[in-house]
Amino acid sequence: MWEVSARSHEMSERPNVLNAAAIVKRFGSFAAVTGVDFQVGAHEAVGIVGPNGAGKTTLLNVLAGTYLASAGTVHFEGSDISHLDAASRCRLGIARTHQVPRPFANMTVFENVFVASSMGGGHSRERAYEGCIASLQLCGMLDVANRQAETLGLLDRKRLELARALATDPKVLLLDEIGGGLTDAEAAELVAIIKQLRARNIAIVWIEHILHVLLQVAERLVCMDAGRVIAEGVPEVALAHPAVIEAYLGSGVT
Amino acid sequence: MKGAKDCEGAPAVRRWSPLSIAAIGSLVALLALLAFGPAYLGSYLTDRLTTLFIYVIMASMWNALAGYGGLVSVGQQAFFGLGAYLAIRLSYAGVNVYLALVLAPLIVGLFSLPLSSFALRLRGGEFAIGMWVLAELAHLLVNLDGLVQGETGISLIAISAFAPDARRSYNYWLALGMMTLLVVLGFFLLRSRTGAAIQAIRDNEDAAASVGVRVFATKRLIFVLAAAGCAAAGSLMLSTLVSFQPKTYFSVQWTAYMLFMTLVGGLGTFEGPIVGAVLFFLVETMFADTGVWYLIGLGATALIFSLFVPRGIWGTISDRFGIQLMPVGYRLRFRVPSNAGATP
Repeated sequence: MWEVSARSHEMSERPNVLNAAAIVKRFGSFAAVTGVDFQVGAHEAVGIVGPNGAGKTTLLNVLAGTYLASAGTVHFEGSDISHLDAASRCRLGIARTHQVPRPFANMTVFENVFVASSMGGGHSRERAYEGCIASLQLCGMLDVANRQAETLGLLDRKRLELARALATDPKVLLLDEIGGGLTDAEAAELVAIIKQLRARNIAIVWIEHILHVLLQVAERLVCMDAGRVIAEGVPEVALAHPAVIEAYLGSGVT
Repeated sequence: MKGAKDCEGAPAVRRWSPLSIAAIGSLVALLALLAFGPAYLGSYLTDRLTTLFIYVIMASMWNALAGYGGLVSVGQQAFFGLGAYLAIRLSYAGVNVYLALVLAPLIVGLFSLPLSSFALRLRGGEFAIGMWVLAELAHLLVNLDGLVQGETGISLIAISAFAPDARRSYNYWLALGMMTLLVVLGFFLLRSRTGAAIQAIRDNEDAAASVGVRVFATKRLIFVLAAAGCAAAGSLMLSTLVSFQPKTYFSVQWTAYMLFMTLVGGLGTFEGPIVGAVLFFLVETMFADTGVWYLIGLGATALIFSLFVPRGIWGTISDRFGIQLMPVGYRLRFRVPSNAGATP
């Protein structure tokens, strides 16, 4: 783990809460992620950007335990979680949202969040009730709490993803294009919620194509292309990196 | 005591309603009345109600598995048949016949535990067909047992030691007891936190895992309950039919009945399968003599329901009027701030 601190610059006084080293993820002969080191400091907000197919979501899935890495290790708060499944990682404090929302369609919004709080959060019934009401309130969903999740529109489905993840009491929240498909006004609502999470000391890893939305929250950017990290650092520096410009705009642009 | 400020507008979770409390109360009263059934029902009705109780078990268990767990199985006759077979086996091994009828489903439940490790690796349609294959396999294996004499079958002779009237009453009470136990067990399981997790898996397995649901262990719970429940139905059916022929008990028709009752009553509602079982029972009582037309009628009814009343009788009523008699879900209530103070 200590080789990481040599790499990570500004984060030296904050211990890393999530630490992925030399991650490779292959699907058959195709390697979606090829040797990525990725750290999240406690309370840090990291943005991941890159063109489609860069391996961003695959990396997120490896962090969340949806996929197990083909090679490399994942540490959470110092312990090796490389072999833990998604449910166990969630119970430890790594929550996620999905790019395409996956509500429990035949359950109410409240029940959706209740499952997350009682299982992922490990709460007793009464504690779970309080937690659910708090996360629904934070996400502005109290008024639709009794609706069947299948009746929700896209913005509410995205909010539900967020509320459900929050109800598990995460230390790290992994967001997969939560702003995708939303209007600017809608995305702004989500940003306002996510900013409040920062105040609660939840570390955030956020994949997002809409840069101006992401930059309102991210302190550090990790730019990926073709399964690798091609640049990282504070947003202005990372985005100015020649490799990033080339990945986004193609070569020949000066 | 909280201050009025804390109570105003603060939402609270409500699970029971006056209607559902009244419904459960009436149900308890009905069960108490039924407990004395053999004293006033007469032999025909006692026998028929025993069958109804078995149907309620079958429908409720299939609904727990498919309607709540999302595990659509067309092989539940495997457990139905094994329940009856084990009761025969235990009885011939010298176990008291009524004890054998009770033990058989418990043993099948235990047996389904290792079985679930294989069966639950299958998903969706694979699981449905896989379970059917499993039922055929169980059927063939039971046929290998010399005691059963192949398809000639064997009778639960030990039960003949009881006088017909006593036997009828015992069967009735056993069926009533097991039905009550299994339905209550299902109710509390589905009402529990695990019950919500079971439904989450039904709706989206990967999303359930991502919010901390231990998918496999949770599915296994409902699988074992349904296995033991269907075995109880098989064992009870043996107590009323007495004779055991493998092809009768391992027939896919039992699962077809479960499917019919659940779909017509309302898949994924707790009350639905009970409504469906009562309906199926009435139809059978009235029309079973008409032979093949009865089966055609059943098929047509199932078809009409799946096309035009997909939520089933109870599902439609429940949706329309927003009522639950046996609530397993959660409702958020908003306390209206009023001058009189917060209402509890």
